[in-house]
Amino acid sequence: MRLLTHNMLSSNIKGVTNGFPLKIQVEKVVEKQVEINHDFLRNIFPKIDWKAFSDASRIMGYDEMPEEPPEPSVLELNVEFLGKFHHALLELHLEEGALLCPETGRKFPVNKGIPNMLLLEDKV
Amino acid sequence: MSYKIAQIRLVSSHPEVYEPCDDSFALVDALLSDRNNLLELKPMLCMEVGCGSGYVITSLMLMLGEEANGAQFIATDINHHAIKVTQETMEAHGVYAELINTDIASGLENRLAGSVDLLVVNPPYVPTPEDEVGREGIASAWAGGENGRSVIDKILPVAEKLLSKRGWLYMVTLTANNPSQICRQMMKKGYASKIVVQRSTVEESLHIIKFWKDNDIEADTNDVITNSKAVPLGIVDSVRSQIQRLSFWGSCDINTTTN
Repeated sequence: MRLLTHNMLSSNIKGVTNGFPLKIQVEKVVEKQVEINHDFLRNIFPKIDWKAFSDASRIMGYDEMPEEPPEPSVLELNVEFLGKFHHALLELHLEEGALLCPETGRKFPVNKGIPNMLLLEDKV
Repeated sequence: MSYKIAQIRLVSSHPEVYEPCDDSFALVDALLSDRNNLLELKPMLCMEVGCGSGYVITSLMLMLGEEANGAQFIATDINHHAIKVTQETMEAHGVYAELINTDIASGLENRLAGSVDLLVVNPPYVPTPEDEVGREGIASAWAGGENGRSVIDKILPVAEKLLSKRGWLYMVTLTANNPSQICRQMMKKGYASKIVVQRSTVEESLHIIKFWKDNDIEADTNDVITNSKAVPLGIVDSVRSQIQRLSFWGSCDINTTTN
């Protein structure tokens, strides 16, 4: 699971009002290189909840994302920053671990890179 | 010109996972026939709900290829065997999508709302007794309840929520699902529709329907709401043209006209 996906996932437990962001429990992080696309990064940037993203990147062991969101001009001009943003957003994978509902603490396991958001025993 | 799609011999399998069949092929053919339009759309986030074997999402990624310009792909399935098989199918073809084991798009609906530019769905559309819906394993790939609509009717409001303003939805339906009624229902929400592929097999008559947001329809629908006594002519006409389109299914297999 990439941090892009983590940024798009919320707790789906019924009655939970603050289900985002899910807390990451890391057992294993892997890096998978993918080709960088500047247009994609600039287009997705406004949709990213920056605090959730930068916190998540630190939990995943990557300290290069600032706590405050960068100015959009940085994305236009700073190719080095784009490279780091790309790495954190699309190349870091939570391979093993869990996502915790911030309100209830309910654990959603992540195995072999796949988050399991099913609530089989609980009533959704 | 033929484009790359998933190769059947490289598609992984499992006894509890639906194998690519006529419906999957028809959906991929629909996407292929619309490939140039899809490239013009320049989707940023693409998603498949219910990826099964991974045949469709893998084909989509392959046919868009490098021209997808960095588009990202997400696929979900309620069946964890299907997620594993999709992962293997993608790996065999050298493509990557983020996979999530979830019911429809549960957990993604809030943050992904209004962000999905391309959504493809081959839902469980087979009419079955209602109690067969929601069972584990391969049954989840086909059991559709009354008129095969139980799961479709859950997916449609989610699709509406996820789609971006310029987003497109491609969905497989069966005649028994009453596709013209689905189109009318979506029209009330501001979506235009057309059949991209129609195909009859011995067992079933399949229609791949494409939905997209049409601002004119939305305006007309608002008129209806605010002025419920007089239905504007525009919507009557467009409904009629839709129904005609849906009643006379046409004889050609693939309708490649653009919208």
